[in-house]
Amino acid sequence: MYRNQTVVRPAESALATNKVLRNTYTLLSMTMLFSAAMAAISVFVESGPGTYLISVMGAMGLIWLVLPRTANSGAGVGVVFAITGLMGFGLGGVLNQYLALSNGSQLIMTAMGGTGVIFLGLSAYALTTRRDFSFLGGMLFVGMLVILVAALANIFLDIPAMTLAISSVIIILMSGFILYDTSRIIHGGETNYILATVSLYLSIYNIFISLLQILGALSGDD
Amino acid sequence: MDWMKIGSALLLGAMIIFLFPRAKMMLKHSPKAVSGDWQAVLLPLAAIIGFIILLVMSV
Repeated sequence: MYRNQTVVRPAESALATNKVLRNTYTLLSMTMLFSAAMAAISVFVESGPGTYLISVMGAMGLIWLVLPRTANSGAGVGVVFAITGLMGFGLGGVLNQYLALSNGSQLIMTAMGGTGVIFLGLSAYALTTRRDFSFLGGMLFVGMLVILVAALANIFLDIPAMTLAISSVIIILMSGFILYDTSRIIHGGETNYILATVSLYLSIYNIFISLLQILGALSGDD
Repeated sequence: MDWMKIGSALLLGAMIIFLFPRAKMMLKHSPKAVSGDWQAVLLPLAAIIGFIILLVMSV
């Protein structure tokens, strides 16, 4: 009896972990497709850069105020689609600016491919090594705080080199967040696939935007 | 100063205010790294930096 319990518990835990992981990746791929469709609509209607700011404000409002109350119910899935749809629509405003460049579409495709490679590579690394990256938590959140303060200062300072440095650090931080979030799912630290999806989505989104910014600035086409 | 800058500053300010207590809590309660942990993080991050340099050179 006792032996059965000790054998069954880890098996149940592994099954639950696999379920969270499967649900997270399913919802993530669906929201990525929805987000891309919203970005395509936004590009088609030629939305301006202001769309990005308004959409991100709306999405952050949903993440801070609505998601925590709905994450444990079916309504949470709808909220995730609303968040990713808004973020995707906002992205269209940024993409329009890059599409105005002569090599804009090449930059966007390179950033998209690069983001995919980074996400898949890091996820595969975290899943195969099964290492616990929870020790990164404190450093990642403090790093994020520092980078937000730097970004806030740079709005007023407007230093191009600082913008590039911020984008580079964001890619490193978001890569750390992918390792941290994936490891949390594997080790049972995150059992809510809705919250896990939003975390991974934000990391991918930020890597894409930052990579696009770096490629745009260093491609030599002004 | 245009409204985009003011809006961005307000958004970033709100993010900082929202993130500050979480960062403080995470810093206090995060487990400490054990031997080999940092190496396991720095290796893929170095690979990513190399990959980005490659991407920048390709465009």
